[in-house]
Amino acid sequence: MTLPVRISRSPLLWPLAALLALLLFNLVVNPGFFTVRIQDGHLFGSLVDVLKNGSPTLLIALGMTLVIASRGVDLSVGAVVAISAAIACTSIASADDPSSPGAAIVAMTSAIGVGLLLGAWNGLLVSVFGIQPIIATLVLMTAGRGIAMLITDGQIITVNNETYSWLGGGHVLGLPAQVVVTGLILLLVAVLTRRTALGMLVEAVGINPAAARLAGVRSRSITWTVYVFAAFAASVAGLMISAQVNAADANRAGLFIELDAILAVVIGGTSLAGGRYSLTGTVIGALVLQTLTTTVYSVGIPSQYSTLFKAVVIIVVFLLQAPRLRAALRRRRRPAPPPPASGGLPSGPVPVGTDLGPTPTAVGAPAVPTGREPSGSTVVGAGNDPAEGALR
Amino acid sequence: MTSARLQPSDGRDAPVVEMSAITVEFPGVKALQAVDLRLFPGEVHALMGENGAGKSTLIKALTGVYAYDTGTVTVAGEQREFSSPADAQAAGISTVYQEVNLCANLSVTENITLGREPRRLGRIDRRAARERARAVLARLNLRIDPDSTLATHPIAVQQLVAIARAVDTDARVLVLDEPTSSLDADEVAELFRVVRALRDEGVAILFVSHFLDQVYEISDRMTVLRNGQLVGEHRTVDLPRLQLIQEMIGRELTTLEDLERAATRQVPPGAVPRLSARGVGRAGALAPVDVDVHAGQVVGLAGLLGSGRTELTRLLFGADRISTGDLHVDGRPVRFRTPRSAIARRIGFSSEDRKGEGVVGDLTVRDNLLLAMQARRGWLRPIPRRTGDELVQRYIRALDIRPADPQALLRNLSGGNQQKVLLARWLLTEPRLLLLDEPTRGIDIGAKAQIQQLVAELAGEGMSVVFVSAELEEVVRICDRVVVLRDRHKIAELDGADTSVDDVVDLIARGGRS
Repeated sequence: MTLPVRISRSPLLWPLAALLALLLFNLVVNPGFFTVRIQDGHLFGSLVDVLKNGSPTLLIALGMTLVIASRGVDLSVGAVVAISAAIACTSIASADDPSSPGAAIVAMTSAIGVGLLLGAWNGLLVSVFGIQPIIATLVLMTAGRGIAMLITDGQIITVNNETYSWLGGGHVLGLPAQVVVTGLILLLVAVLTRRTALGMLVEAVGINPAAARLAGVRSRSITWTVYVFAAFAASVAGLMISAQVNAADANRAGLFIELDAILAVVIGGTSLAGGRYSLTGTVIGALVLQTLTTTVYSVGIPSQYSTLFKAVVIIVVFLLQAPRLRAALRRRRRPAPPPPASGGLPSGPVPVGTDLGPTPTAVGAPAVPTGREPSGSTVVGAGNDPAEGALR
Repeated sequence: MTSARLQPSDGRDAPVVEMSAITVEFPGVKALQAVDLRLFPGEVHALMGENGAGKSTLIKALTGVYAYDTGTVTVAGEQREFSSPADAQAAGISTVYQEVNLCANLSVTENITLGREPRRLGRIDRRAARERARAVLARLNLRIDPDSTLATHPIAVQQLVAIARAVDTDARVLVLDEPTSSLDADEVAELFRVVRALRDEGVAILFVSHFLDQVYEISDRMTVLRNGQLVGEHRTVDLPRLQLIQEMIGRELTTLEDLERAATRQVPPGAVPRLSARGVGRAGALAPVDVDVHAGQVVGLAGLLGSGRTELTRLLFGADRISTGDLHVDGRPVRFRTPRSAIARRIGFSSEDRKGEGVVGDLTVRDNLLLAMQARRGWLRPIPRRTGDELVQRYIRALDIRPADPQALLRNLSGGNQQKVLLARWLLTEPRLLLLDEPTRGIDIGAKAQIQQLVAELAGEGMSVVFVSAELEEVVRICDRVVVLRDRHKIAELDGADTSVDDVVDLIARGGRS
């Protein structure tokens, strides 16, 4: 396939286009948007802010991508954020020396440890007890904030610890620490899923659980793994969010962040029906969301209209991505290809991702290279009747 | 009962439904070619044929689900073309499908009247609805409370409620598509009582079932289809079972050159079978069965659809749990709780439901090929890219998978090539026993020959194979032993070398050795 064709068929095309359009819009409306200043060796500017403020959502969206690829969803990540923040801040506050680096490290470790346990709980409900993911994680979504309230005793716990604050406001090599940590975890996930077989097995479980089981895939432990990872990502995001304000607010930390994460995954082109996923897509999706939020503020749209404005933009992005609309656009641009020549040559590339539907395709005689074109000497074998298949 | 039966084909009545020369085409496939079907008032008419014969397509053409390309449908002397099932229902043609298509959480009354509730002043008249439900239940002699929730009744009663719903609309024709597949003997008797009652009222009933005994018990006439074509229309009393089975299975003259078959592999006396099943069965699915599979042997399972051949292969693989009996691998007792435990014993399984249980359509050919091997290794030990590429290339070439593109999505391949990918998926795990359930169904004749050839070669190299096919000729040709199943029982085991298709057909028709 030539490069332009590949680009035009890439599922990342529309999310990328949306991101570019948003950036362009900002360039026109607010030329200062692209200014990046260096102050004390650290980078500052709107673009840096987008990366920094988008980090927690992106982190959670990474975990959500894998969960969604396995045909699930995790609604509890917002609650995990709150619990993680609560544990970290109360742990620091109750330490012997609340400002020591040791206290911060103990706090972060225990918050992440609890996050892993919460993920294991979700995974248990989904993979062992077979509860529908949306229901199973709804349990923790509702209960989680209550648990966080119990931990903080209903107070907003404020802390004053430089090591901890670093995660929220510090810099590494000029970049915000949040961005660096998120980048490292992104790298970790990419390596973990694409350099091992985890990604492929997650997709197999998400696309056809029955076939995966019969092929011997340990779908139970795979499912478990993705929920544990999602909660891990959420607990790290919880640390970032609370470190940014040096406080744990059980009621508001990470509120509705699960919805933003799901949105980022979907904008990135991963189907909610499970199966093939794209981490790059998720990164773009999270950036689109955050750029949108930043744009709303920088353009000065009155706050009462801001959610409405975001909704409109997101709907437009989705419509552009919708297969039905894209197919309609494609049909308008290019008439249907003529039937294949009698020489049995393939009629050109079948668009990747084109659903051939339930039509029987098993009729190619060996002389036809793709085995897809109906040929004169077809044998209607048993089972070729789509109706028969549908009823059984 | 037979003596008092109306003999509709005597010409005393005009047919209530007459379909003639119906042709239905799907892209590249003629699902039906000029098929005729006549239904007379007051008869039970069986529609017979193996999988893919076109039974469902014909029913759907009749009930308005599919549009037909050519032909005519005449209902009560009037030419009709239904555009939807509701349209057909309005003309008195109701259908009850295999799975109960009702709302389990609603009451019996609500289910019967759903969508056509009696109304008063724009509101549902619950009393009238209940009365109507009561009346139709009484008509079918069903003593159940119309106010009870549907889910509280066993599946058989739900099926009868579905029939009640169907006949509530003054049905002249009732289509029953595999109504008995999930019922036990008593429930079937109850269903048949209702069917006879309706028949005696003058309803024409089109009955589809894979159970020959039931067909012979209930039907007056039958129409046999094969590969989308009409084979014959007969009065049931005039059609011996043997002839029916021959008509259903047919004598496809294949262009396959006869596989060179070695003399049946002799199993040395005292050899320990690679897999041995003793009394293996599952409640409601398969009566206890004994089967031995030796090294290098191809054991065929022959029988009609629903005979238990699929159930047996699934039990041998651990895809379903065994409820009685024992399995031994190389003489050692094993218990397969999941497919994984069978795979650990180097057993592979290709399901008859290629789309539902085999193909991972949105993954590439490469990923699909490597799936079982990778699953065995676990996700932490990925198959090295080079090794994977080599294996994929080798198997794509060896099995002639087209297009030979490892990165093509599997769902874009033809059925035959998908099947080859699924076979190769197992061959990559180097199994010692391969269970193949209908590996050649629905694929073109070239791929079919290639797969048959492959099975013979693999057995020659010492692999054991259990081979299931609806086509008896295929089973007889490539199998060393043939296990014959009927109505979920094993009725015979034959030596492949001196068995002909006729022997097997004969056995199935008579229900065992006489």
